[in-house]
Amino acid sequence: MPSARCSMLERAPQDDRVTEVRPVAFRGAGFVPKAGRASGWTALALVIALWQLAGSAGWVNPLFLPAPSAIAVALYKLAMSGALWQHVSASVVRIGSGWLLGTVAGVIIGFAIGLSTLARGVGITFISALFPIPKIALLPLLILWLGIGEEPKIATIALGVFFSTAISVYSGVDAVPRNLIRMAQSFNVPFHAIVTRVIWPGALPSILAGFRITASVALLLVVSAEMIGAQFGIGAFVLQAGNLMQTDQLLAGVVILSLFGLAVGKAINVLETRLLHWR
Amino acid sequence: MTDRKRTHMDLIADHISHRFGGLDVLDHVSFTVASGEVVAIVGPSGCGKSTLLSILGGLLRPSEGRAELRGAPPADSLNPLTFVFQDFALLPWCTVEANVEFPLVHTALDAATRRAVVDDALKRTGLTDFRGAYPKQLSGGMRQRVGIARALAVRPAILLMDEPLSALDSQTRELLMEDFIRLLADGAMGAVYVTHNLEEAVRLADRIVVLSRRPGRVREIVDIPMTRAERGAIDARGKLLALQNDLWSLIREEAIDAEREVQHA
Repeated sequence: MPSARCSMLERAPQDDRVTEVRPVAFRGAGFVPKAGRASGWTALALVIALWQLAGSAGWVNPLFLPAPSAIAVALYKLAMSGALWQHVSASVVRIGSGWLLGTVAGVIIGFAIGLSTLARGVGITFISALFPIPKIALLPLLILWLGIGEEPKIATIALGVFFSTAISVYSGVDAVPRNLIRMAQSFNVPFHAIVTRVIWPGALPSILAGFRITASVALLLVVSAEMIGAQFGIGAFVLQAGNLMQTDQLLAGVVILSLFGLAVGKAINVLETRLLHWR
Repeated sequence: MTDRKRTHMDLIADHISHRFGGLDVLDHVSFTVASGEVVAIVGPSGCGKSTLLSILGGLLRPSEGRAELRGAPPADSLNPLTFVFQDFALLPWCTVEANVEFPLVHTALDAATRRAVVDDALKRTGLTDFRGAYPKQLSGGMRQRVGIARALAVRPAILLMDEPLSALDSQTRELLMEDFIRLLADGAMGAVYVTHNLEEAVRLADRIVVLSRRPGRVREIVDIPMTRAERGAIDARGKLLALQNDLWSLIREEAIDAEREVQHA
């Protein structure tokens, strides 16, 4: 009695012309990209090395594109002179205050829009009308209203942060599965507890994604605002360096901005890992 | 548990009608779920079974008629009408233990009592070893067990179950059906069980309310003439199958019409 396997193998093709046996071709490859950390750093190192080579070999005019080593030296000198901290601290205070103000207001208004019919009707209309305005265009008006001190710069950043935050918060509230809210209601859980224990954690992924965007918005606005009217700050420093054709210092300022952006991104990653570990 | 049996609370659907916009979904549906009784609601797709359950549980205001409670729930009941949801409705950011404790946090129970209640609910549903797990780490069957444990924690008088097994595979369904039979065995807790599955209905229910296609009307109320304990016997299977066939013959034509309606929608 042949085994099942034998009998299947014995089922030889009836047609003598069809004798070739070949494996089924694999068609499932691709569409699952993975971020390789090593390849990313290697590529970055290669670009910097190439840039340095171009600078050292005199292929590019250092006035237009100083070599990375020149930028590092400029950064070092800035740090040693104390000017770096003066500019960085001025920008950090503006970004911190503006971002915090805009975020608090955005979260409150976003939740109101997400939870109240009246607030939704009014709020979405205003946000739709005002969100597209480039907030930096309001800086002259804010200077008229608030004077030439820190307030108009902080207010510009706060306004830019506010709209994006409000939108991400009410989108997040809208995205909380309704079945979870109905579940809580079915257990007579009070309104405030539904907000804090169901809606807030449910909206948190969207809110944190919004933070990532608003951090970039704040950085963009602080540089713009400082370029328009400030003595200290990274934006002011970059503008002054540009005016004096000190491109090594200009790029040192850009490197600081880049590092700042990376640090904020990293901080948000840490927040996401801690707060959204359940995903 | 003995004390719970002494109190009586009936749930009454009193001429409930409901409309979504211009669409009539339910039309004067009336029946009573007596204390400790398990009533299944069956009917063709779209006949308003889940809508009816939402109205009975106070999650939806009916267009006409009303849901009423007669009598008093057990004194220890924290939520007399408690839902078990088809999609489990677990908080993904909470562990099993926190999910079960969720409806208790805002009650007057102190922390030690809450802990004891949660422990008991986890034990009754076989979840003690999974108390620290998150929903994403659990199978569908285990997630529904968490939903059941959460419902048991508030010591309901009547469970409102909206197709609680429909999202599960057949083996898990069978296991959970055994759990339901065990939990409802002592008659301390009643249930309204919405299902498409006639086999589940005849195995679990004392009575079956058959709804017509939309707008859902009570077409027939069928009594199951044997206890749940008797239904486990081999010779009862033939009778249950015959009952199931009778039910199917009641709704078959309308189920076909309902399906065509869905396809054309």
